[in-house]
Amino acid sequence: MIEVKNIKKGFGERTVLNGVSVTMQAGKCNLIIGASGSGKTVFMKSMVGLLVPDEGEICYNEKDFNKLNNEEKKEIRQQIGMLFQGSALFDSLTVEQNVMFPLNMFTKDTYAKKLKRVNEVLERVKLKDVNRKFPAELSGGMKKRVGIARAIVLNPKYLFVDEPNSGLDPQTSLVIDKLVKEITTEYDITTVVNTHDMNSVMEIGDHIIFMFQGKKEWEGSNKEIIFNKNERLNEFIFASDFLKDAKDMRMLEQTGKINNDRDMDKLLKG
Amino acid sequence: MYWKELMHQCNEIGIGSLGIVVIISAFMGAVSALQTAYQLVSPVIPMSTVAQIVRDTVILEFAPTLVCIVLAGVVGSKIASELGNMRVSEQIDALEIMGINTKAYLVLPKILAAVIVIPLLVVVSAALGIYGGQLASTTAGILSPQQYETGLLQYFQPYNVFFALVKAYTFAFLISSIPAYYGYHVEGGALEIGRASTKAVVVSCVSILGADYVLAALLLH
Repeated sequence: MIEVKNIKKGFGERTVLNGVSVTMQAGKCNLIIGASGSGKTVFMKSMVGLLVPDEGEICYNEKDFNKLNNEEKKEIRQQIGMLFQGSALFDSLTVEQNVMFPLNMFTKDTYAKKLKRVNEVLERVKLKDVNRKFPAELSGGMKKRVGIARAIVLNPKYLFVDEPNSGLDPQTSLVIDKLVKEITTEYDITTVVNTHDMNSVMEIGDHIIFMFQGKKEWEGSNKEIIFNKNERLNEFIFASDFLKDAKDMRMLEQTGKINNDRDMDKLLKG
Repeated sequence: MYWKELMHQCNEIGIGSLGIVVIISAFMGAVSALQTAYQLVSPVIPMSTVAQIVRDTVILEFAPTLVCIVLAGVVGSKIASELGNMRVSEQIDALEIMGINTKAYLVLPKILAAVIVIPLLVVVSAALGIYGGQLASTTAGILSPQQYETGLLQYFQPYNVFFALVKAYTFAFLISSIPAYYGYHVEGGALEIGRASTKAVVVSCVSILGADYVLAALLLH
């Protein structure tokens, strides 16, 4: 379980995180949402240890990550898989070498065994015949899938995903979201996703944390988010008139005030 | 220590730079032989002195300094842009998250490889420079091969080779560590990678010249 206790982080005069506390639910998809500049990326980088918070604790199984020695940190890091916004695949290595990289670094398995595992995870992310290709030869969606394969090859306990849908078309975004959700359930890992894609929120958001100006503004599930009363959150998720109308319709539908397509049509026209 | 990465870097820096080192060394020796012969007009100085001057200038200055300045451009810009690109595209972050010490994995093998391989390139360069001088002077009819060989053996001081190697090791460290620093700490995008690469080469070249002067002042008394 990942527990974040009152973390604060600033850069010079600017405070980016101002006392965020949250518990990431184990075996679920935890989504961090918020507008650009709300502190999501700094929050995630602090959680994975790329940034050291000025105050507060980040606990993995009740141990404060930043108070651990290098060996203990290394041990936890080997339980972490991360998919980066730009996939962060190693340019000079093929897909197979990229996915095999963590196995080469941390296992003493034979090449045949490692190759078997690489092919297993590549198949799991629905990639075939790409072993010998270089990242530059892949599409954005394929790169993300290779990134996921590399992140899960060591059977991590925690999966961090930064903006999984950036630069992808809506259909590919859905495929990636679905894959993240399936892997979370299948491997029983704690997944933390940084996103501002509302499709992802509705599709895979078991537990959602809304950040606003470096603070946790709201927390709940994808079922609760539609009916939330938080003004800032509503401004963020229902940014366009179209989405506002959609929300109104959904609420009317829930309360039984509209119940068929003709009523919805009337509402839209009216 | 990441041996595989060290071997890879030795190959990249050593074999990758061999072509340019061969070309500049041969021409530098040839040109210095012709220009020395042109300036040596006194009838009391034997022409074999040309070989002696070529030998000493190549060993003392041209092979270590000139070659390392060229390598600062070739190797330095490669190191800075490679690390800069890895930083900007979050590849370094990905390694950190895997629990890999990125300085030990990415920076150290580059510096060690440079320190191992560049002095070897300097030795190759010195040999080729001297041979280039012989080829140019005999082709131009300035000296016979025997006269050139006689000149090469006159007043030879092995200490000069030691001095050249001290310079080569020092410059190799500068050529690799300065660009590694600039590349590793890039922030921003493609523009910043280009800037870091240029800055790394400029700072490396100036540092080589500064170190060249300091070493000459300290060791050539």
